[in-house]
Amino acid sequence: MRVCPTEALRVIDGKAELIEDRCIDCGECFRVCPVHAIIIEQDDFSKIFDYKHRVALVPSVLMGQFPDEISDSEIYSVLQDVGFTWVYEVEHGASMLQRSQLEYAQSEDANKPVISSFCPAIVRLIQVKFPSLVDNIMLLRPPLDISAIYCRKVLVEDGAREDEIGIFYVTPCAAKIAAVKAPVGEGRSRINGVINMDFIYNRIYKGIKQKGKEKVVLPKRSHLNSMEIQWSLTNGEANHAKGRSLAIDEVHNVMEFLEKLESEEIAEIDFLELRACDQSCAGGVLTTANRFLTVERLRNRAKRAGDNATDEPAVSLKSIAEYEPYLKRHIRLSEEIKPRSMYKLDEDMAKAMRKMQRARKVMCYLPGVDCGLCGAPSCQALAEDIVQKKGSISQCVFVQKMMEQTKTLDTDHAYRIMERVWGRDKFIKNCKKKGADHESF
Amino acid sequence: MNFEYKVDGGDFARAGYASSQIKKVLKQLNVDVKIIKRVVVCLYEAEVNIVAHAYRGTIHASIDTEKIVMRLVDEGPGIPDIPLAMQKGYSTASPAVREMGFGAGMGLPNIDFNADKFEITSEVGQGTTLEITMNLNGQSS
Repeated sequence: MRVCPTEALRVIDGKAELIEDRCIDCGECFRVCPVHAIIIEQDDFSKIFDYKHRVALVPSVLMGQFPDEISDSEIYSVLQDVGFTWVYEVEHGASMLQRSQLEYAQSEDANKPVISSFCPAIVRLIQVKFPSLVDNIMLLRPPLDISAIYCRKVLVEDGAREDEIGIFYVTPCAAKIAAVKAPVGEGRSRINGVINMDFIYNRIYKGIKQKGKEKVVLPKRSHLNSMEIQWSLTNGEANHAKGRSLAIDEVHNVMEFLEKLESEEIAEIDFLELRACDQSCAGGVLTTANRFLTVERLRNRAKRAGDNATDEPAVSLKSIAEYEPYLKRHIRLSEEIKPRSMYKLDEDMAKAMRKMQRARKVMCYLPGVDCGLCGAPSCQALAEDIVQKKGSISQCVFVQKMMEQTKTLDTDHAYRIMERVWGRDKFIKNCKKKGADHESF
Repeated sequence: MNFEYKVDGGDFARAGYASSQIKKVLKQLNVDVKIIKRVVVCLYEAEVNIVAHAYRGTIHASIDTEKIVMRLVDEGPGIPDIPLAMQKGYSTASPAVREMGFGAGMGLPNIDFNADKFEITSEVGQGTTLEITMNLNGQSS
């Protein structure tokens, strides 16, 4: 609950409740949940078979999940064995984006510093927590969208019908799922479904193990260049931007920086690459491998690849480079990105002020230790919940103790309050829990 | 509503604390982001001035539905020639302070430019008092 960067979680009846307006889909809660109660919804895998042309859009971090002995070609082959008709790496779209980013930086729409739109959790973070920086977000689509537009276009030109094409993205994080299901800056995503990387990781591993010695590996024709391979890693974009550019990863680091940027304590930066996860996408919440190893593998792979990319999707299909003019016409986000501030206590300033005055009075009684036992992540959050009529001061254990001493609250009542927050189970002896006498889970 | 923050001269590490607290409050009150930005820029400049030049100081902010009034009172050397200090580019900051990225001499004129109302009084050897007022309802100058 307390890891949530936007204080979007509350504990009620023993369960974590999400305040959706505040959620930025960063997945930090998923990372730390002690009972693995948070599930990141994905599409049913069998949904891919609703389509005749089944495209798997895979990010390069997927390749970084596997040890060096497993080659990219093997991974590709298994993905085709499980049912995809075409496996395409997302970052093929990065080179074109990089060129467009340089042009964008010169254009009138660019507010310095230009903040990359790459990480959907960051776009959401800015909307929710730093509304005054919304205009700095670069209005260009990330490589995922560019590659999806290309795949669809090239298949249609090859004779496929729109509704026969299913484009599925293998996602390393929850934020990308949200970006597909509820996109910001455009009406509807061009991607038909998402498959979580941990799920596909298991399928690939199983496929490779079962193939054993007699494996048939299809030759892989497309290769990313060094820049493309490293695009989703920290500094992947910043290293190729013009002027003074910085790369910052991990959501709390990003918040600390944006706080200063918003107050103009930091100035004269041209480009900011901001990523919600430590080590960027290699640290995505749905990845399996250790993120530092993933980074190492991708850096090695980049070294081997050098500067030249080869992109020959299939004998009959044209490469992404041949569509550059078409893709450039579609690279702009079609809708403006709007702030959705989470901070305001009320739309009406006078009302907000009255609420704030009450919350400040409540704070006089709360201990300020942010223990979280009330079900809110901090004393301040409880005080605000109280004035928004979403909480009660007697949820605070310290206040309960004070009230019990002055005999204004009886012990039974206090017990029931805590039961309502944490659920009955927490008050019953249970030797199966982690670390207990008969640990079993 | 009243807020008060103490500022220590020379403590650059903590400079910016008051402005970030006030920023949070104004966001909660649903004040327009552009106005918040101007408030924060003024307050940060003024806060850094105390840190850079004075021995110690106090920031008082009072907020009502119309406006925010920020009074920054410091004990310090004071400003002998206020019109000169109000000139763009004028700075008395030491080279050490400049090296840290402060002291470009834009402080006071920048506050004057951003504020709806700005008053400054100073007594040499005693200290300086700034009063910065910003309307919160958008009818700004």
